[in-house]
Amino acid sequence: MTEVTLDLDTFNSAPVEAPVQPPKEPEQPKKELKAHEMAKKQRDISIAEFFEKNRHLLGFDNKRKALLTTIKEAVDNSLDACDEAGILPDLEIVITDMGNDRYRISIEDNGPGIVKAQVPKIFAKLLYGSKFHSLKQSRGQQGIGISASVMYGQLTTGRPAKIISKIGPGHQAYFCELKIDTQKNKPDIVSEGEKEWTKDHGTRVEIDLEGTYLKGHQSVDEYLKQTAIVNPHSTIIYVNPKGEQIIFPRATEVHPKMPAEIKPHPYGVELGMLIKMLTWTASKTVKHFLQTEFSRVGNKPADEILEKSFIPAKTKPGKITREMAEKIIEAIRTTKIMAPPSDCISPIGSELLEKGLKKEINAEFYTSITRPPSVYRGNPFIIEAALAYGGTIKAEGSIGIMRFANKVPLLYQQGSCATTESIAKTSWRSYGLQQSGGNLPQGPCIVLIHIASVWVPFTSEAKEALAHYPEIIKEVKLAIQELGRSLYKYVAKKKKVSDELKKRSYIEKYIPSIAEALKDLIAYSDVEEKEVIKHLEIMLEQDRGQIEELKFDPTKNKEFDAEFASIGKEENNDEDVEGDDNE
Amino acid sequence: MSSEVIDKITAHAKNIYRDIKVRTKPIMSSPIRALSNVRYDLEEGFFDLKGNMKSRTLSATTVKTFAQTLKMMSLSKEIIETKDIATKREAYYVSKNWGDARFNEQPESDTVMDDIEAMLGINREKLGFIPEEKGGDIAGKLIVIDKNPDNGKEIKIDCTKFGSGAYSIPSSVEELKFETDAEFILAIETAGMFQRLVKHNYWKKANCILISMGGVPTRACRRFIRRLSDDKNLPVLVFTDGDFYGYFNIYRTLKVGSGNAAHINKYFCVPNAKFIGITPQDIIEYKLPTHPLKDIDIKRGKDALKNDPFVHHHKPWQKAIKQQTELKARAEQQALAKWGLNFVVDTYLPEKLKKRDTWLP
Repeated sequence: MTEVTLDLDTFNSAPVEAPVQPPKEPEQPKKELKAHEMAKKQRDISIAEFFEKNRHLLGFDNKRKALLTTIKEAVDNSLDACDEAGILPDLEIVITDMGNDRYRISIEDNGPGIVKAQVPKIFAKLLYGSKFHSLKQSRGQQGIGISASVMYGQLTTGRPAKIISKIGPGHQAYFCELKIDTQKNKPDIVSEGEKEWTKDHGTRVEIDLEGTYLKGHQSVDEYLKQTAIVNPHSTIIYVNPKGEQIIFPRATEVHPKMPAEIKPHPYGVELGMLIKMLTWTASKTVKHFLQTEFSRVGNKPADEILEKSFIPAKTKPGKITREMAEKIIEAIRTTKIMAPPSDCISPIGSELLEKGLKKEINAEFYTSITRPPSVYRGNPFIIEAALAYGGTIKAEGSIGIMRFANKVPLLYQQGSCATTESIAKTSWRSYGLQQSGGNLPQGPCIVLIHIASVWVPFTSEAKEALAHYPEIIKEVKLAIQELGRSLYKYVAKKKKVSDELKKRSYIEKYIPSIAEALKDLIAYSDVEEKEVIKHLEIMLEQDRGQIEELKFDPTKNKEFDAEFASIGKEENNDEDVEGDDNE
Repeated sequence: MSSEVIDKITAHAKNIYRDIKVRTKPIMSSPIRALSNVRYDLEEGFFDLKGNMKSRTLSATTVKTFAQTLKMMSLSKEIIETKDIATKREAYYVSKNWGDARFNEQPESDTVMDDIEAMLGINREKLGFIPEEKGGDIAGKLIVIDKNPDNGKEIKIDCTKFGSGAYSIPSSVEELKFETDAEFILAIETAGMFQRLVKHNYWKKANCILISMGGVPTRACRRFIRRLSDDKNLPVLVFTDGDFYGYFNIYRTLKVGSGNAAHINKYFCVPNAKFIGITPQDIIEYKLPTHPLKDIDIKRGKDALKNDPFVHHHKPWQKAIKQQTELKARAEQQALAKWGLNFVVDTYLPEKLKKRDTWLP
């Protein structure tokens, strides 16, 4: 160490002392030493350490968002677990204000529970999960979320997360306190044990963290409400830090369609992924590998792919070199393979979407649609959309957008979301809304968009905005265009009625003038004047027929729930509203 | 006279009333006022209506116009009964008392007025509505006999005695009488040229009556010239700029009337008017300085050839239009000043008056 320091000193001062002298020998050892020095600093970066420094990538950019992200990750996991186990979810979420910007949050579900051995890894190891390798529609995808929340809590408060889980009536509940060893990305069990728990089965997570609780737009309240809208089969009980209890009761006893797991489609596979799959597979031959590990690859396509890539069908997967794998990828591109099955997707259904919208917004007109399945990069997906127009929706400014992906509300990054682009790129003027250039349209309108897919492509790990795949943008546009057409029908009808009403008032306005002028001209009596008015009214008004009443009637929408609608819409007077990146 | 007008107005009103009483939708119809609905007959000497009518049935869309038309008719009746007059602008302001039936802009009330005029076949002046603008200026050998507004006594106005000024044609000329021993009437387009001729007492030299039209002649001016010409059997010569505006908008309107006012051309035309200049041939012969024709001028010429029944009837005018279009140039009256300020007085007009074959019909 000392040596190095000396040498470095010499090196640093050399140019000042003797600028004329040619560089001397000592330089060389110095370079070597420097490399050694650097090597000492070079080591593995644990994924946990990486995210510790880049917490914004996971949605922990600021205190307010951190609170929301933690709740969101836990709720996503609970709903996924319940759905997978075929249980109608009952969730209880409590946020307690501990002072000094610290909050204790707890999320409890009635899910199937987690076996003891898995608990620490699930909650305290990043990138550990069941969903990453499977292609199946679910809320969580990467296996980062909840463990990242645990890590964030640990970083900001130093406290471990507390987990209780019970897998059935005959079992004891397992209890533990967890931290993450961020250098090794491994769970660090602070304490554990068994515990009595009155619940038959379920899981409860408790995390202390630094956060900011604010109501209004992009709040936890809004997130949970929107979650309730698109998950009508669940009951959510929520106690906010102000001690207010909000219950979102179950609206339907019908289980959502269970999404099926599918194999990846060859069109979506990249070289690296293929090489990995070749090493994992249990198949004995490459042909068998293609047929069993991918969806829609039968006998014929498998033969075609291998023929095109000059690889014998009986080659062992382990013998496939990088070059050969590249040939397979090329061959796949030129081979006709059926689109992946789409029955693996579980949409919300246009009816439920519309019902949810009616509960939330008191408008004059609603419409909704579920598009047929489509595919991007070998991944099937379905776009659903609903629209509310008029009524109590504000007429000034851009239309409102509610975005959902696999039944999870997306509250941030609206501007960079593919759905926003689709909406802005749709020509709304022909549907009766104002729009300038490629901007969002203006008017009293709210559009809800849901994408359901085995793999939702987000722009970042924080899962806030959809990536701009042309296939997705196109499908969203098609859905919107369909909504737009029904909207236009309504707007046109409304205009017709208002024109007719205007005409009628017009008639009423001028009839007295006619009668009066005639009176001046031919000097008839007042009685005759009244008669003339009567005749004119009958002549001009009665042959115009009945018109449909299209005035907004706030009591007409029976689904509307004013109290429900007000959640998450409170004015936010606090000054430190951070991270509101919309608009 | 005035009771005749009132009778016509009330007869129309009664028809409408009768229809309403039996719940038949009343109809108001008036001739279409456009060049496409006029014919030109040399015998008659003016643009006459072909007879195409536009009808307005009472409905939600026409109810406002119906109300306004009736209110305007009632105003006319009131004006006539009280022996008063109202300018078009005043009538517009009166409408402000009509509640919802009021006019928002004067052009709306002018249109309704024109429609009534056409519907009743009675000119606006007889309905008691007079235009805002003055009729035109007179200088020369003419005595106009008018009445004193206070006592109704006759007053004689000698148009030779205005010095360097002029007598103004009033807005209503129906009751005027004339005394004159002039040989002809010279109607001039621009006030500038009129001033020059007055200054040099041209009327004395040529023994004529000078009239300044100041652009397109007003109805009063046209009617004045017509009455004077008829009464005293005087030929009318017209002197305008050498351009299509001068030929058609001014000269043709004075002589045979216009499409828009076709329903009243009968009273306002001056069929015996002749055009002495400036003709396209004059531009060439007098080597006048010119301005190039604009696209809009050329279009006006084409339109006249195509749509103007007056031009259809007169070969010399067709020739003149073609000649001017080929010249691609127009010349103003004042262009004669190139040859000296008094060239117009000393040379141009005396020469033109002698050479009748240089006139256009």
